[in-house]
Amino acid sequence: MLKQIEGSHAMAEAIALCRPEVVCAYPITPQTHIVEGLGELVKNGSLVDCEYINVESEFAALSVAIGASAAGARAYTATASQGLLFMMEAVYNASGLGLPIVMTLGNRAIGAPINIWNDHSDAMSVRDSGWLQLFAETNQEAVDLHIQAFKIAEELSMPVMVCVDGFILTHAMERIDVPDQATVDAYLPPYDPVQVLDPAAPISIGAMVGPDAFTEVRFLAHYKQTQALGLIPEFAREFAEKFGREAGGLLRCYRTEDADVVVVAMGSVCGTIKDTIDEMRDDDIRIGLVTIVSFRPFPVDALRASLAAAKDVVVVEKSIAVGMGGQLADNVGSALRNLPRPPRLHSAVAGLGGRPITRASLHHLFRQAVVQPWEGTHFLDLNDRVVGREIHRKRKSRRSGPTAENILRQLAIASGLPAAE
Amino acid sequence: MFQVRIHGRGGQGVVTGAEMLSIAAFFEGRHAQAFPSFGSERTGAPVVAFCRIADQEIRLREPILDPDCLIVQDATLFKVIDVFAGLRGDGYLLVNTNKTFAELHIGEAANRLPKRHAVIVPATEFALKHVGRPVPNAALLGAFAALTQFVHIDSVKRAIEEAFPGKIGAANIAAATEAYAFVQTQQLAATAA
Repeated sequence: MLKQIEGSHAMAEAIALCRPEVVCAYPITPQTHIVEGLGELVKNGSLVDCEYINVESEFAALSVAIGASAAGARAYTATASQGLLFMMEAVYNASGLGLPIVMTLGNRAIGAPINIWNDHSDAMSVRDSGWLQLFAETNQEAVDLHIQAFKIAEELSMPVMVCVDGFILTHAMERIDVPDQATVDAYLPPYDPVQVLDPAAPISIGAMVGPDAFTEVRFLAHYKQTQALGLIPEFAREFAEKFGREAGGLLRCYRTEDADVVVVAMGSVCGTIKDTIDEMRDDDIRIGLVTIVSFRPFPVDALRASLAAAKDVVVVEKSIAVGMGGQLADNVGSALRNLPRPPRLHSAVAGLGGRPITRASLHHLFRQAVVQPWEGTHFLDLNDRVVGREIHRKRKSRRSGPTAENILRQLAIASGLPAAE
Repeated sequence: MFQVRIHGRGGQGVVTGAEMLSIAAFFEGRHAQAFPSFGSERTGAPVVAFCRIADQEIRLREPILDPDCLIVQDATLFKVIDVFAGLRGDGYLLVNTNKTFAELHIGEAANRLPKRHAVIVPATEFALKHVGRPVPNAALLGAFAALTQFVHIDSVKRAIEEAFPGKIGAANIAAATEAYAFVQTQQLAATAA
């Protein structure tokens, strides 16, 4: 049914349609509206046979989900930013134990400095944890990916993280087609665990494993993710047949057929990039976009095929591995490595801590990549003046003070307004 | 695409205003995208919310930088921030106040817009009268319908009802209806003059 609805509430409705049996709820901006929405659905009787557990922390949220999943329940939780960090040990346990939990990540920056706005630092901090990570481009896709996520997770017996841009998607109200129960039921069968703690047939899960078997356990985790490279597109195709719209898959190409320049990005910024591409196409610039949906597993082969004919590849990502550069660019680089004539790779970091990514800046960036390419990592819309002054200050005086506060003071002076407390 | 930027202060229902406008457009079969710009989430702090309306899917996720219409819920903001930033030359301006544009020292900016594109409406007064609280958002949407004729007042009423079912909704609808009539009367008078 078409609704004008907030992204978080639409996701809550979609998750409820997947009939989770345990929902572990702990609030953290910008994810909170999702678990609140699920709480309302449990309370008003729309979501039945579901234990809604208010836990005391994020660590508890995922730990309870792990216990529930091991006991054979379809388990769900959601978090963001510092919340994800606080549950980190459990994140690795969920994947290490092979438990098919679905978790929404309302993507948000990680402090310090504390920042509640959107970027992909949180998702990147767990990119090697063994979870599958799917990125939603729109709120419609966020809804659809959750339904696919339960199916993928349970088929592989691996946890799946659905990454949704905080505020930009979670707090946007727009037209979303929320499917009906019968369609979801026809797509997603009841959870049939491959391993379950059952008093009638006792087993143990979570044995200590020494050097004699640890490599093999890890190999099999990696092997499962390579299997997911086939499963994700298969389940996306089945979704399209049953729901009548495309969503998910490994990646999507937009106007790439004859493109000299191909942009690679993830999440909601792809919408703004598509509008930019349409405008540049009107100026006869042959440019296209590859949207990565599945960041883990990383679709190396599919990406290589999509980028093989390009002359320039521009990666736009909302994260920075400090001291190294963009993680997505690094991963894209490994996909290009074995091409006989690889395109030039340009890495741009944008939208950190919620800075808007505008069409105007993207136009400039994409043109610059071709005519005046930069070395290393480019920070889109970096305030060079502020950065320069702070570097100068640090050179001048050893006790130069905290960087974040120094920069806020500079900005306040420049704006003529009093500094924030 | 028609882009509306709503300026107000925390507690005035700025975000809800943008959401109700998007629901009104949805009822008319259009695509609409309402979203907040979260600064400090404090009562009284300047708040901005956005609403895009289009006949096709809206993919753009940047903040609204070149609005077709500004709705200003709190006239004291003109002194604090550049409310007019990016307003299109053929745009609309709707200000919640019982003063004139000249008294607010924005006469020049209002005059630059096409005739009958800039109006004032005492939306807080209407809200106090009907709702009993100084929440001007619903009344301003009624005024918006009269000013731009971009959404029908009936869609605005339905949207208010969806956001606030029952008595509170009815009170807000009354405020919106009075604001609609207030602006329509002004526009008719301006046309006749």
